[in-house]
Amino acid sequence: MAAIYLDHAATTFVLPEVRAAMEPYLGGPPGNPSSIHQFGRRAKAAVEDARDAVAALIGAPPSDVVFTSGGTEADNAALIGAALALRDRGRHIVTTAIEHHAVLHAAQWLETMGFEVSYVEPRPDGVVDAGMVARVMRSDTILVSVMWVNNETGAIQPVREAAGLARERGAIFHTDAVQAVPWLPVDVEEAGCDLLSMSAHKLHGPSGIGALYIRRGTPWMPLLRGGAQERGRRAGTENLPGVVGFGVAAARLLSKRRTGFEHAARLKAALLQAAREEFDGEIVVHSPERAVPAIVNVAFPGAAAETVLMNLDLQGIAASSGSACTSGSLQPSHVLKAMGVPDSVIRSSVRFSFSVETTMEEVETAGRAAGRIARRLRRRNSHG
Amino acid sequence: MIYLDNSATTPPLPEVVETMASAAREWFGNPSSLHRLGMEAENALNAARAEVARLLGVKPKEIVFTSGGTEAINSALVGTALAHRHRGRHIVTTAVEHAAVLETCRFLATLGFEVTEVPPGPDGVAAVEAVQAAVREDTILVSMMHVNNETGAVQPVEALGRWLANRPKVIFHVDAVQSFGKMAVPLQGADLISVSGHKIHGPKGVGALYIREGLKWTPFVHGGGQEGGRRSGTQAVPAIVGFAAACRWWRDRRAEAWDRLNRLGRAFAQRLREKVPDCRVNSPAGGVPYIVNLSIPGFKGEVLVHALEGRGVYVSTASACSSRSAKGSHVLRAMGVPREVEEGALRFSFSPLNDVSEVEEAVDALARAVEELRPVMRR
Repeated sequence: MAAIYLDHAATTFVLPEVRAAMEPYLGGPPGNPSSIHQFGRRAKAAVEDARDAVAALIGAPPSDVVFTSGGTEADNAALIGAALALRDRGRHIVTTAIEHHAVLHAAQWLETMGFEVSYVEPRPDGVVDAGMVARVMRSDTILVSVMWVNNETGAIQPVREAAGLARERGAIFHTDAVQAVPWLPVDVEEAGCDLLSMSAHKLHGPSGIGALYIRRGTPWMPLLRGGAQERGRRAGTENLPGVVGFGVAAARLLSKRRTGFEHAARLKAALLQAAREEFDGEIVVHSPERAVPAIVNVAFPGAAAETVLMNLDLQGIAASSGSACTSGSLQPSHVLKAMGVPDSVIRSSVRFSFSVETTMEEVETAGRAAGRIARRLRRRNSHG
Repeated sequence: MIYLDNSATTPPLPEVVETMASAAREWFGNPSSLHRLGMEAENALNAARAEVARLLGVKPKEIVFTSGGTEAINSALVGTALAHRHRGRHIVTTAVEHAAVLETCRFLATLGFEVTEVPPGPDGVAAVEAVQAAVREDTILVSMMHVNNETGAVQPVEALGRWLANRPKVIFHVDAVQSFGKMAVPLQGADLISVSGHKIHGPKGVGALYIREGLKWTPFVHGGGQEGGRRSGTQAVPAIVGFAAACRWWRDRRAEAWDRLNRLGRAFAQRLREKVPDCRVNSPAGGVPYIVNLSIPGFKGEVLVHALEGRGVYVSTASACSSRSAKGSHVLRAMGVPREVEEGALRFSFSPLNDVSEVEEAVDALARAVEELRPVMRR
């Protein structure tokens, strides 16, 4: 394990207690929750306990929560399922330019299927204006999807306002809450969401499991077909250990979330201060006032992010540039681009992301190291 | 406890559990991350991909990990239909496929595709000639299962694949969920093959789709572009390495496992003839030895499942996926069996981890249950 891991927005480690809860379900007697015999029934009870815990995290009735293979599947199922169910009523979808690729690429796929999609640009601070969402809506808009918290900048989006405006005009409202659930008191009733996506491995649960909240009565059709699992809303034998692990991680998060946000705010301030002490230029912070402080996206102008990250990695510090999914491809961040950040600044942007388990000492060490490395690189560049 | 419901799900092998537990303990990063942790996860993923590919006999880059057999099947069918919709809109499959195939085909029908479901013969096997006859000029996709999950009937995938190999415009998908690991999956002519982890003593929540190199196909789950752009979503590394460990187990003891399954099938059949002579076997003579579907006149399947459970023997009625929906068996109905036989159907499915005494005891338990319940049922 890296000495210091600050890439929790990409994935988090599985907590020991989560792992311990999963272990009996990894081996043990076989349980297909759809089987009618005793092991099947026992498996079913475990699934329902986990569903209660996950539902509690978003203030939803458990029966409205459907387990999926992860956040990406949840996003795909939300968009495609709602669009196809409503295609006779209209073919227009509204989303934003700063969504995760799971939403953007699902939307683009829907475009190939005859839907029309409007992508609302954010303001320079990375926040989408709810009024802009309303402005691009049309009489044939069937679905609006706005993420709750941006995965690259931590910017909190005006989900409640956007949901209200969307539903007022008769559209279904979806939010990708993958990065919000670990930090904010998410409540589907208060926010007025019809569909909400979440992922376990971003909150110290296992990878390969997520959930989609589907408000009862929402026009929607399943993405995965072929079996009556999840009450006909998601076919496929349930990933029992994954579901159980998600449930335990959710229960634990519920008790920690209240203090987690403030903890992250202190970590963010400490990291920035440490970096500023070492770096001799002006650090650009890509996060607005209203942001989840666990995601700190900063540019060290004059220092290439990839080189900074490589040097950090050599020192046992893991961070990233943008989201993990796109960092593999080395594409410049579509989020920062949409915010109007110049290419040169994007290329020197690094994302540090925390979990409730991250310590002050870790972020101070990482901040200092990043500042020092960036200073060296900047000097070398300006001299040569 | 005697567990004979291995077609529904199998207990993960100890080495699978150990592999998964240690993967979760050592903690893998996100395989797409560029730092060292991400690289380690990616290396583990690649090794697993090679292992799954080896058992199937294909190239590692032709394997895409999915969340299970159902997703593999959905992706295969939807991804092919949409990629080839401009050439044609006709799909051929059989009436005895798994619900994942049939329901996906019905969904595609709502998108403007036309689906022909070829009925099987009374033995539950769809004749290759009948499938060939259903293929038209505008057929873009044929989907056939290798082994039927309810009866164990082996479908003519091999012969059909040979025929379709000369018709490259028709994409051929094979649902090999019930045969993978136990038997060699015929590769000739196959463009797509779906397999599942938890049916071969691997973990739940993981499966794979073989996509022949060069095949025109479009992804089903969209996003970050993982799996070479073919399946988005952060990979579940522990489950995937657990799946690979199960593949390794089967590869190491292929002949031995097959031999064991044959012995189990023979022992079960013989004991059945001795102890429950009035039972009707719904599985065809040429089916796989590890799935036996039978009915006992006058008995509902569900009653016997519970009676057997009370005796520590775990079996099922039809497939687990549909057993809660109480719609009966579309497979047996397609075979034209009388309603009473369909309602009485019981499925015993074996694994190489079972031994001969277990299957014999299961038959004895069945015989006793029938004996005790008969006066009640007759009333």
